[in-house]
Order: sequence, then C-alpha cells, then structure tokens
Amino acid sequence: MTADGALRFAPRLTLLLMAGPVIAGLAGTLRPAFEADGMARLLDWPGLPRAAALSLGTGIASTVLSLAIALGLVAALQGGRLFTLILRLLSPLLAVPHAAAALGLAFLLAPSGWIARALSPWATGWTQPPDLLILNDPAGLALTAGLVLKEVPFLLLILIAALPQADAPRRLMLMASLGYGRVAGWMLAVLPAVWPQMRPAVYAVLAYSMTAVDMAIVLGPALPPTLSAQLVLWMTSPDLSIHPVAAAGALVQLGLVLAALALLRCAETGLARLGCRLALTGRRRVWADRWLGPLAAGGGLLVVLVMAGGMAGLALWSFAGPWVFPDALPERLGLDAWARAAPGLGPAALETLLLAALSAALATGLVLACLEAETRFGLKPGGGALWLLWLPLIMPQVAFLPGLAELGLRSGVEGSTWAVAAAHLVFVLPYVFLSLAAPWRAWDPRFAVAGAALGATPGRIFWRLRLPMLLRAILTAAAVGFAVSVGQYLPTLLIGGGRVTTLTTEAVALSSGGNRRIIGTYAMLQLALPLFAFALALALPAALFRNRAGMRPGA
Amino acid sequence: MKMSAAAILLAACTALPAAAQPDPADWAAVLQEARGQTVYWHAWGGDPRINDFISWVGEEALARHGVSLTQVKLASTADAVARVVSEKQAGQDQGGAVDLIWINGENFAAMKGKGLLFGPFAEQLPNWPLVDVAGKPATRMDFTEPTLGLESPWAMAQLVFEYDSARVPEPPLGAGQLLDWAKANPGRFTYPQPPDYLGTTFLKQVLYGVIDDPELLLQPVDPASYDRLTAPLWAWLDQITPALWRQGRAYPANEPALGQLLADGEIDIAFAFNTGRASAAIAAGELPGTIRTTVWTGGTIGNASFVAIPYNAAHAAGAMVVANLLLDPQVQARAQDPGVLGFQTVLNLSALSGPDRARFDALDLGVATLAPDDLGPALPEPHASWMTRISQDWTRRYGVAQ
Repeated sequence: MTADGALRFAPRLTLLLMAGPVIAGLAGTLRPAFEADGMARLLDWPGLPRAAALSLGTGIASTVLSLAIALGLVAALQGGRLFTLILRLLSPLLAVPHAAAALGLAFLLAPSGWIARALSPWATGWTQPPDLLILNDPAGLALTAGLVLKEVPFLLLILIAALPQADAPRRLMLMASLGYGRVAGWMLAVLPAVWPQMRPAVYAVLAYSMTAVDMAIVLGPALPPTLSAQLVLWMTSPDLSIHPVAAAGALVQLGLVLAALALLRCAETGLARLGCRLALTGRRRVWADRWLGPLAAGGGLLVVLVMAGGMAGLALWSFAGPWVFPDALPERLGLDAWARAAPGLGPAALETLLLAALSAALATGLVLACLEAETRFGLKPGGGALWLLWLPLIMPQVAFLPGLAELGLRSGVEGSTWAVAAAHLVFVLPYVFLSLAAPWRAWDPRFAVAGAALGATPGRIFWRLRLPMLLRAILTAAAVGFAVSVGQYLPTLLIGGGRVTTLTTEAVALSSGGNRRIIGTYAMLQLALPLFAFALALALPAALFRNRAGMRPGA
Repeated sequence: MKMSAAAILLAACTALPAAAQPDPADWAAVLQEARGQTVYWHAWGGDPRINDFISWVGEEALARHGVSLTQVKLASTADAVARVVSEKQAGQDQGGAVDLIWINGENFAAMKGKGLLFGPFAEQLPNWPLVDVAGKPATRMDFTEPTLGLESPWAMAQLVFEYDSARVPEPPLGAGQLLDWAKANPGRFTYPQPPDYLGTTFLKQVLYGVIDDPELLLQPVDPASYDRLTAPLWAWLDQITPALWRQGRAYPANEPALGQLLADGEIDIAFAFNTGRASAAIAAGELPGTIRTTVWTGGTIGNASFVAIPYNAAHAAGAMVVANLLLDPQVQARAQDPGVLGFQTVLNLSALSGPDRARFDALDLGVATLAPDDLGPALPEPHASWMTRISQDWTRRYGVAQ
C-alpha cells in the first residue's frame, strides 16, 4: 500500500522537480525584463531582426534537414547492411558534445582547415589559405550544418527506439504486397504510426537548435550573432545596466521558440493531409526508391564522415607538434598536450562521471516510476503537465539559470555535487522521458493482460515482463541522459559556483582560448564517457537476450 | 554560522564588512588565519600556459604558507563579477564563492563602483615596496581608475604586433602605415571583434594614432566632443574594413583566436597584449619560427593585470597571502620566463637584492621578444568609458551587418 502511495505520487514529484526550478529561475531572470525599459532598449538594438531571423532560420532549417536524413535513412535502408553500418557509426557520434562537434567541423571546413590542407598546394595551388568566408557566414549555413551533424544521430536513435512498437515489418510487408515502393510504403504506412512517438523529440530538437549557444559561437555568424548567443554575451557582461535588455531578449527568444513550435504543428497537420491525398491517388511510387535510397545513404554517410573527420582532426591535434598550412599532417607527433592536460583531466573526468551517473540514474528511476504510475492507475498526463516537462528543453538556458543560481545561493545548497546533479536532472529527465515514454506507451498491453490472467501481480508484471521487454529502450534512454549530463555547461558553472569542475566546463573555458591541442584532449575524454554508456546500452540487451530472436532490434 | 542580532546591527550601522575580516596590517595574523584555507581564484582559463603557472603558484602557496589554491577557470572574467553581484543580490554578504579574481579595466571599475571589493589591502602587503610604482604607474592606475589598494598588480602587459617576417619584411609601424599595408595586402590582417578586450584595445591604439590631443583620452568621454574626436577613427576603419580578413564580414573572437589565425597562416600580422607570447608560442611549436614582434612609433598601450578580493570572500586572508606571493621576486621571475608565461614583471628590478635580481638577468627573453629598451613608451589606458563607448559604436557600425 505504501509503495503504491509513493508510486501514485511519483508523477507529481517529478513535475515539481522539473518545473519548479525552471519557473523559479525564470521568474528571477525575467523580472528585470520589465524594469529599466529593457524591452524598449532591446527593440532599439539594430541587430535584433537579423539575430531573431537567424535563430529561427538555422533552427528550422537544421531540424527539417536532420529529420529528412533520419527518416530517409530508416525508410529507404532499414534492415540492409548499409543501414546497420551507418547506425553503428552514427550511434557513438551522439555522444559528441556540441562544442567539440563544432570545433571539429570548424577545423575541417576552414580555409586553413584539414580539407584545404589535404588538397594544397598540389590541387588548389594555395600556399597560403584563401580568404574565403566559410565559417561564421552571415546566412548561418555553417551553423546549420553543425546542428544537423548533432541532431541526425539523436533523431535516428529516437526513431529506432520507437520503431519496434510501430509494427513496422508487417506494415511494410503489406505495402510491398500491394506493390508500393519501399520508401513510399514506409512514409504512408509506418511514419503515421511512428510520428506520435517521436514528435516530442522533434520539438526538442527544434527548440534546442534555435537556442544552442556553444555551437553558435564557434560556427555561427557574429555580425550579429544568433539571438541566443547574443543573450549570453549580454548576461555575462560586466556592464550591469545591460542585464534588463538580456532579460527582455530571453522573453523574445521564448516567444520565437513557441512560434516555431506552433509553425511545426501546422506543418504536421498540412503534411498529414497531403499524405492522405497522396495515399488516395493509389500511385505506388516505386521510382522513389531509386533515388531516395542513395540520397539518404549519401546524407547519412556524409554526416558520419564529416563528424568522424572532425573528431579525428581534434584527436590528431591533441598529439600534434608544429602543424602549419599547407601540411596535411603535423611535422611530428608528441604527448606534450596530454602531459599538460593530465593533472586536470583525471579529477574532472571523475566528477563528470559521478554527475552523469547520478543524474541519469535518478532520471531513469523517476521516469520509470511516473510511467508505471501512469499505467497502473490509469493516470493521463494532461497537456499542461507535458508542457511543464518540456519547459527545460524549450527555455533558453540563459533565461532561467541565473535566477536558479540565485535561488541556490539563498538556500545555501549551491556548490555541492548534489546541487549540480539536481540541476542536471532538470535537463536530463526530459530527454530520458522523451526517449522512454513512447516505447513504454506503445508496449502491447495484451502482455500485461496475459500476465495478470496467469495470476501475476502488477509488480511482477513490471519486473518480469515490461522491464525486460523494454530493457533496450530503458538503457538507451539512460545513456541519452548520461550524454546530456556530460554535455552540460551553464548549469554546472552557475549552480556549481565554479567549484564543480567537469570535462565540459574545462573544455568550454579552454575553447575560449582556441588551443586546438588541449581542446583535443578534453574532447576525446568528453567523447569517451558517453560512448561507454551507449556501448553498454547496446551491448547489455544483446548479451542478455542473445538466444531470443524476438528480442533483437528490428525484429 | 549565524550572526547574533547585535552583530548584524553593528554591521549595518557601521557599514563595515560583516564578519571580522582579516586586517592586512597585521600580517602575522593574516598568515595564521590563512593557513589551511582553500583559496578559489577565478581566472580566465583559456590559456593552458597561464593555468599551469597558476597551479605552480598553488604548489608554492601550499609549501610556503599552507594555503591551497584552486583555479576556477572562467571563459570570461565577467562571469566572476556576475557571480559576486548575484551573491550580493541574494544577501550572501560573507562566505562568498569567489576569493580572488584576475581583473582589470571595466570589470574593476564596475566592482569598485558597486562596493563589491574587499580592502584596501594591496599597499599593505609585505612585498608591496618592491613594486615599481614610479616606473610603472599602471600598477596604481587601472584604466585611469585609481586602484586605492583595492587590487594588487601581478603582471604588466603591453600591446605588441606580431608579424611573419618571411612574408612581411618591413612591418607597418603606425596606423597610417598599417592602412597602406592592408590595402596592398588585402585579407591578411584583422582584429578580434569588439567588445572583446583585445579588439577594443586595438581600436584605442588606432585612436591614439589619429587623435590630435591624446590627453583627452585620459578624461571620461565627453558626449559633446565625442563624435568630433572619434571621427578620424571611424574614417580609418571605413577605409581598412574592405581590406580586412574576410572583408570584415567575420572577425576572430578573441586574442587566442587571432593567434590561431596567425598560426594557420590565414593572416600575416596579429597582435597580443603580451610581449613574450610570440616567443613562448614559437618555443612550444605553435607558431612558425619566422614570427617577430614590433611596436608602433610613439608607443603602444600598456596596462597591468591585477588580483582583487570580493567584499564577501570566504577566504580573504588566504587570498591576500596569494596576492602577496604573486609579488614575490621568484614568482615574478618565473612569470617573465618566456618558456613559462613571458609576462613582464611589475617589480622594480633595481630595488631587488642581488640573487633576486640575478633571476631576472638570467632570463633568455626568446627569439621574438623585444628587449625592454626597444619596447618604447607604454601609453596609458584611456579612461574606461572610452572602451565602453567605442565598442558600442563599433557594434552599431560594423557589428550588425546591414
């Protein structure tokens, strides 16, 4: 009974843990927006229209592009050998922190970057780097590319986790037997079943892409920067009189994100109508397979290649001695950078691991409790509850973290590992929930009915049926949470009072110095930790269920 | 931890720092209180060489005085200022997270103006008499703002131009020459995007070169004459911008990013606020061996780096011990070693004892570093209001693409 009572309370506790800090922080941060005519001064800033347009444009473009690649890959190639290869290569890339991915891409694409070095001077004739504006371009193309690199693996993972519940193989078989092409069949029959499960993830991607800061600083334009990057500049300015402007900007940013989400919702409805009309024409569209397959494969491989190239570049830099343009490789290799970084790497890696394990475990536990309570007591999360859960993902971090840090200060908890882990939880939990809720809800309830009919208690059904059958999804969700925690910068810095040092806080501080060698060492470790978590999430179910054909992915 | 009502009342009435703060005049008591403390030094963490130096200072502090030093690596000094501000807003008037800040210029002016600093303490430090206050007035005058002992200097900086002697045999020695050179070599020069510290310093350096009466820069900006005085600066920038790297459509973010462009061969002329940076970077294999440094005829802007202690620092005694240690001749000589940092000392070398003096004489300044005599006059930093105003105007003119 008591366990039941606690379980019943779980969703409310979770919502409180999620929304409480955000709302409190938001109030603290936004209050100044209404003081000292912050809004009027913001509207006076000549960069505002462009910065806002950049946020909106890069966010939407990168979301659409990464969604197209992820859907294309699954629709055209799933089950094939190429797909397995791309998936294997892409999954670890999910763990690459945004800042590292951006720096890797920057070194690849810059006029003095690796590609130019490899082709110079023999092919290009360049003995010095050409004066070309590739990075930080005013249209934000480089930023969009960087965001796509990061979001394709994420969306693909969510999609894969959702697929088993959509009964894809039989739907595809049916469509094929009706003579539909593979891609057309998938889009018309599987996508509508998968979409509700992955919708929240797509919304999160859109919100994140519009508010990303670290990537925008490295790859995005600076004249002016995107709105979110400009907000951070203002919020950290020593000129305190600019803070109300920053608060007003945070308000505008919030409005932009909400508008973009509404736009996406409209597009969904429109596309669904279009899909119905296309289905009613009855055309089989077999031709789509011929060019969509290679196109999606090309997109996927390009993402893999660019990302891997960028990471390899950073890795090489961490061992590089002198390396000047146009040499394709460093003059000599050495361990100088590693030796220099070593004293700081160990403790930072340990702290990172601790925080990530703590927050991912807590988040997974809470999410499981919520979902189980939802199932057992037939609770239906209202629209309001969902929005509260999403708040941390939709709000620009700079809009509520300063207020939250002030709150932490007042209560005296800031600076401790636990406080930082709690702050991480705010960001980790929504991702874990987003990753897990869909497969959980799509789990066929007839298993539970069968179990209950055989006399199993709800607890036994949970432990012996649900948990094992959803183990892969659960571990994947935990690994996503782990990676999210590893990548946190602002929450760690602000709530930790600067005393909690992780690989990411170190890496971002170092990246402001642009030393590629040291950045390389931290990026490698930043990558290694979540990689380990994802490897575990893939390997564990595979090992546990090695002799059960029905439990394999894609089955 | 709780203060009695009487103590609160007393603190409120006398407007003194709340708890019994250490008194720098009683140095023995400071040392005693400091022993066993952990000092959190908030310092920009973008340069591994500086981080290494700080951790070496930490080892010395522990060995000599039993004080542990932890560097809180910041992406921007303003983060630490914002931190103290939010602590004050939250009513945390003691036990603050920040013990020591590497600071100068507008950040110092902001903290001083808001009463967020502990002290005065700097001029009571035992090593203070060694500081070259006469020869280096910047040690007591931070962007024309008198330090009043609220911050203690630990390094001198002067703007030097770094150029690739293989590509630029005769480097430009002034704003006019640089403009001509840039027009003849388009795309091979740029500067960090204001309001970045170094980028704005470059604008002030150009302003020094094009303004009729440089003395006016030491006064706060006068709105009445501002447009007239800065008109030559904007005219100069309008001319050079199309000849900049990427035609001025993108700028490097800061000093290290500018240095990286030089290292990558994307530009031929860069500059730094550290006379020894180029030599140190060459020694570390990060810059080609053909890089040399120069200053402009008439001098370049120089200033000092300071450490300050927030009013609510939890470990003010330990922080003062570290500030004093930073003025130690052995520590200063290490900072000046181009293999370590290449920062110029704040000390008066002629005031040092024989062995201490010898530490400095023994330093090999490095292949690209100018001898002290060749550095020319260090121009004083203009009043901090110029920095703010010029970077705002720059952003309005060039920072939001039309």
